[in-house]
Amino acid sequence: MIHFVLLISRQGKVRLTKWYSPYSQKERTKVIRELSGLILTRGPKLCNFVEWRGLRVVYKRYASLYFCMCIDEDDNELEILEIIHHYVEVLDRYFGSVCELDLIYNFHKAYFILDELLIAGELQEPSKRTVARLVAAQDSLVETAKEQTSSITNIIAQVANTASL
Amino acid sequence: MNPFSSGTRLRDMIRAIRACKTAAEERAVVRKECAAIRAAINENDQDYRHRNLAKLMFIHMLGYPTHFGQMECLKLIASTGFPEKRIGYLGLMLLLDERQEVLMLVTNSLKQDLNHSNQYIVGLALCALGNISSAEMARDLAPDVERLLQFRDPNIRKKAALCSIRIIKKVPDLAENFMHPASSLLKEKHHGVLITGVQLCTDLCKVSSEALEYFRENCIEGLVKTLRDIANSPYSPEYDIAGITDPFLHIRLLKLLRILGQGDAGASDCMTDILAQVASRTESNKNAGNAILYECVETIMSIEDNGGLRVLAINILGRFLSNRDNNIRYVGLNMLMKAIMVDAKAVQRHRATILECVKDSDASIQKRALELVYLLVNESNVKPLTKELIEYLEVSNQEFKGDITAKICSLVEKFSPAKIWYIDQMLKVLSEAGNFVKDEVWHALIIVISNASDLHGYTVRALYRVFQASTEQESLVRVAVWCVGEYGDMLVNNVGMLDIEEPITVTESDAVDAMEVAIKCQRLGLTTKAMALIALFKLSSRFPSCSERIKDIIVQNKRSLVLELQQRSIEFSCILQKHHNIRSALVERMPILDEATFTGRKAGSLPTAVSASSIIPCNLPNGIAKPAAAPIGDLLDLSSDDAPPAPVSSGGDFLQDLLGVDLSPASAPSGTSQSPKTGTDVLLDLLSIGTLPPVQSSSSAIDILSSSHDNKAPVANLNGLASHSSLSANATSPASSAGMMDLLNGTGAITQKHEENGPAYPSLVAYESSTLRMTFNFSKQPGNPQTTFIQATFTNLSPNVYNGFLFQAAVPKFLQLHLDPASSNTLPASGNGSITQCLKVTNTQHGKIIRSSIDWKLVGDQSHYPSIILVVFEYFG
Repeated sequence: MIHFVLLISRQGKVRLTKWYSPYSQKERTKVIRELSGLILTRGPKLCNFVEWRGLRVVYKRYASLYFCMCIDEDDNELEILEIIHHYVEVLDRYFGSVCELDLIYNFHKAYFILDELLIAGELQEPSKRTVARLVAAQDSLVETAKEQTSSITNIIAQVANTASL
Repeated sequence: MNPFSSGTRLRDMIRAIRACKTAAEERAVVRKECAAIRAAINENDQDYRHRNLAKLMFIHMLGYPTHFGQMECLKLIASTGFPEKRIGYLGLMLLLDERQEVLMLVTNSLKQDLNHSNQYIVGLALCALGNISSAEMARDLAPDVERLLQFRDPNIRKKAALCSIRIIKKVPDLAENFMHPASSLLKEKHHGVLITGVQLCTDLCKVSSEALEYFRENCIEGLVKTLRDIANSPYSPEYDIAGITDPFLHIRLLKLLRILGQGDAGASDCMTDILAQVASRTESNKNAGNAILYECVETIMSIEDNGGLRVLAINILGRFLSNRDNNIRYVGLNMLMKAIMVDAKAVQRHRATILECVKDSDASIQKRALELVYLLVNESNVKPLTKELIEYLEVSNQEFKGDITAKICSLVEKFSPAKIWYIDQMLKVLSEAGNFVKDEVWHALIIVISNASDLHGYTVRALYRVFQASTEQESLVRVAVWCVGEYGDMLVNNVGMLDIEEPITVTESDAVDAMEVAIKCQRLGLTTKAMALIALFKLSSRFPSCSERIKDIIVQNKRSLVLELQQRSIEFSCILQKHHNIRSALVERMPILDEATFTGRKAGSLPTAVSASSIIPCNLPNGIAKPAAAPIGDLLDLSSDDAPPAPVSSGGDFLQDLLGVDLSPASAPSGTSQSPKTGTDVLLDLLSIGTLPPVQSSSSAIDILSSSHDNKAPVANLNGLASHSSLSANATSPASSAGMMDLLNGTGAITQKHEENGPAYPSLVAYESSTLRMTFNFSKQPGNPQTTFIQATFTNLSPNVYNGFLFQAAVPKFLQLHLDPASSNTLPASGNGSITQCLKVTNTQHGKIIRSSIDWKLVGDQSHYPSIILVVFEYFG
């Protein structure tokens, strides 16, 4: 199982964290600090696995971002690399050639997509299209709700204006 | 949007934070935002609750505290709209974890949402439950999740399946409820449901043997068929990765088959065909294919034996090892570790490749490979493999040296075919990476050298050569110094020359030079220098021609600021100047160190130093007390010193003990020529002859003592230290030490034994003479048996007033002594008054000390008034 997912920029800034195993806030900060020290210093040609506290961290760098997933010793590291790539492809499809800035300003979207991909540290959907479709459907639900509210607030505002006149 | 609202949009806040140039600026922006959000929370602002929470999440990711937003998540989850719930659940998963009690409050909302008519809201609830559910929530909501496993929409079914995994992991008792619904998921066509269903079955098998049996009986054929279909399926763009249809499903199916096939020949049989197909037909030029092969190999290795398949699997691993991709090589090594348990011979075939991997530039691969090599070594290949590893040690980078050194040392020790080989290899390791070697390792080497009596000459010459080449590696220097001290004569005379050796010419002064280098070298630590001093001291008798020079070198250290060196140098120069008659016996070679005791000790079979050293030395007929096992115990003391204050000083004790070992038998000859005198002395302590019935104090001891009269306190302290450390090293039985005291002082030392938890502690006249009486009163506080309070009362029985009366005490290391100030320092004459002083002795050793004895010594000439009384407490366990 995946214990946590981290997205760290090359400067060591955290862009996304998702914890599937219980870590207290203090531990989380420590884990992030430890792992960014470990991973960001590794050379480009080395393997994508780091042994850490009896677990393995699989990481892959895409442009300026490191995608890291921490797994048990007996999990399949190569598959995790595929899952990371799977996530990146879905992000890419969603944002249209995704970049770090997209993930900064729309970090909640990145989380929503991840939630359609992983639950309880396990993969839930192997099809990129299905993930994209589900996220889009939920986004449109939000849009509709927004439009409704704004139209209602508009009406109320208008009513209030006329009343005051 | 809302004309009445204040505050910035999420995007603006992120922009403002990103625009900050310094951390302080960022903190200010965040503080301002947090203040605004708190205000909004207090006003119970509804319109912007989700925006505020989104901001909080961003702030949380930056590492600022956001606990005040937790209740907002709950409020958002409880609201009706989808957008609010979506953000609310996200915040819940991000800001909270399962251990927070706030989480319990959300159970009810979750239950409602799991039954919501909008399937996306059901999905949100399932996702949150799957990611952060606690055991209580899992128990409460399990029936709802179980029901959702049959929901009409497959996207809910797959979420419910993963949520079930969390539930059964938290509450394994619930596993049987999920068994049947899970098995029906295996028949699904939708890949998401299938993949999660297989995963659920795998986890069920892990927590429940009942489920394992159930799936074994009912599902194997279905799973094999699914795997065959997926492996043979034509190109399907939706699930295709690098030409393979849904590798994720492949991997999960293989994993479940592995669990079902493990330990069940029938089940294993069912899957051999498909495993062979997957292993032989999967494309291995892309990562996805290799991931499947990797999983397949693991399954083949784990299920019941099928020779043909295993060959196939090992071959795949061989290909992995020669792959250029580091990832593939890493997992190959990883898998070989598992394969070695199954088929060690097949793994041995890849030894050369594995050794290459130890030298890889990638730390992860190095570590894996080294561990694998370690498992591969056996008696037959230890020589070539060690050679390779040592060669690599020379070029490896600093961080890796520690690991690799530890492994080599342990291999050499475990599989060494001959002592000479062991010594050779250890010398190589020490000269390459001596600074990475643990103390136990070079101690063990010394013991092996000491036991290999035919190799003494060879070893000392070899060590001398490497020492000449470099003094960089401290533990090498230590071993070399020790050997030169012990076997210096063999070095010079080329004794015990082996055929393989090249003859070397070392003069006596060369050997002394080497020791001088060790003492003077700034880089080397105190332990090494102290060892070198002892070596020189020993050489002084082996090389009479150099004894003047040695004396000079030793004398130079008299002014050393380091107490240990100063003390040693004073003691040694005393012996050199005034005790020619006993010197050669003092510096005799160490008795052979007992290997069995050492290894037993290392394994922890001898619990404490006390138990090893309290063996009463046997008195031989000729009056020489030969310490039987005790000195070895002392020597070993260094490895399990109970409370060493600092590594350096424990090393110092080690040496002291080493010396004690050597000196104790040697003191006998002088005993015959000297008559007993009153007053114990430092030298006696130094020589550790507490066990000798006829004890003498030699003239030099008097010298030292008289000097202690000249400048009282510091030297007396030194004396105290000397006697204290040697006493702690030297074990005497209470009875024999009492006997010694009688002889020494003629005034009757009292050895008091009392049960530690005995109810009363009788007071005790610790010392009485015609001039002074010293009484001890003992007490203990209830509930604190480690601490003993001793009130000492001194009465002057002589007609003279004692001025500047000073009482001092020393204790072994495992005791703590607290000495309160004395009531006065003037002791009126003729018993007209007394001085009292309180001592607090705390026993820091956890073991039970059943009895204790007190040894004490009076320092000073009794015809004068005693200015200093030195008491040494010693506890026997």
